[in-house]
Amino acid sequence: MRLSYFPGCTLKNHAANFDDSTIAACTRLGLEVKELDRWNCCGTVHGLAADDLIHRMAPITNLIRAKEAGADAFMTGCAMCYSTLKRANLHVRQDLKALSVLNDFLSLEQTDYRGDLDVLHLLEVLRDRIGFERLAAQVERPLSGLRVACYYGCLLVRPREAAIDDSEQPRVMEDLVAALGATPVQFPVKTECCGAYQVVADPGIIAERTHRIISSAARNGADLVAVSCPLCAHNLDHRQVDARRLDPDLAPLPVFYFTQLMALALGCTEEVLRLEHHRTDPRASLAARGLL
Amino acid sequence: MSIPVRIYSDRTSRAFVDQVEALSGQRLLACYQCGNCSAGCPMADHMEILPHQIVRLAQLGLRETLCGSRAIWACVSCMTCNGRCPKGVRIAEVIEAVREIVLRSNRRDDQLEVSALPAEIIAALPPIALISGLRKLTS
Repeated sequence: MRLSYFPGCTLKNHAANFDDSTIAACTRLGLEVKELDRWNCCGTVHGLAADDLIHRMAPITNLIRAKEAGADAFMTGCAMCYSTLKRANLHVRQDLKALSVLNDFLSLEQTDYRGDLDVLHLLEVLRDRIGFERLAAQVERPLSGLRVACYYGCLLVRPREAAIDDSEQPRVMEDLVAALGATPVQFPVKTECCGAYQVVADPGIIAERTHRIISSAARNGADLVAVSCPLCAHNLDHRQVDARRLDPDLAPLPVFYFTQLMALALGCTEEVLRLEHHRTDPRASLAARGLL
Repeated sequence: MSIPVRIYSDRTSRAFVDQVEALSGQRLLACYQCGNCSAGCPMADHMEILPHQIVRLAQLGLRETLCGSRAIWACVSCMTCNGRCPKGVRIAEVIEAVREIVLRSNRRDDQLEVSALPAEIIAALPPIALISGLRKLTS
């Protein structure tokens, strides 16, 4: 299966640890992942107004690029990109008039879009196309003893029509980390919002949210938190210092992309983890389990 | 908080109700005020009007109270409310509609001035934060 890989803007700078580990882990698994040529920002959020059409252009342009590349499906690891692209795709599949208006606006494109490409999240590809059993068989360095709190946030699981798993009790990430040999840790706020872009407008909200999520994961015995969204990662990792100002007793808890855990377990080199992009020390928790 | 409410049908409030319904794609009167949305809202602590109250105020066409509230900007469309509403009302869409009404009015009342942020703060923020903030909080 030829997958067009869409990294998204933040993976090319702040979240290079997500990008590099995705490519390294997928290559190890034998997935043919080719980064889309000439991709553009997806817009990051799906406009919710009923008359919003203009914000569908950015995601649809990316789907046209993937179609031109001869891809069987469009794949991304970023939860926000996934949701924006998935929902734009659902919109034009359900509303042929909107699709026709968009194609008219994109008349300089060589290719019309017909809603004919599936938008997939990497976790779906791993679960549904590869399978966690097969993945487990390829693990070279089991993450034994590592206790992982899987944090989904919002857009992997909501809204329901664009969710990759159950909205209230998802398990795909827990199943993945279990296949990697780690121990998934349940915690009650795994689908509770991190505050998202309020980090720009009102960072005090993020301090409170991050405190709630990180302290809950820690109370349930986690060594680290796994995420799939660069905005969640920024808030939970880079803004942990602000949460610690609210509560000096909040112990540091590192935040990893699920792809970093995959790369580690599949035997990729430490360089692809790009640990320099973390703010909360990522090494101690891995070293304590003999994984670094 | 107490808001004096007079039930009457005047043109301005009716037009606002119609606008919110059109932009959100929701039938506001489907909501029977169970409060499930507010109970699960992760932003409730940062709102002076809770999500179910936002819907109630929208039903009543109280444009000034809603458009002037802080709560509509605290909501980040996490969509927990939508998934839990027993009547299938998409509260996040209702709140987005009110934000859109403010941002589309000729006052263009933007809630975020990125150029006013210090350069080091902007540099520390990932593009995903800046772009989504601009998309949701500015016209």
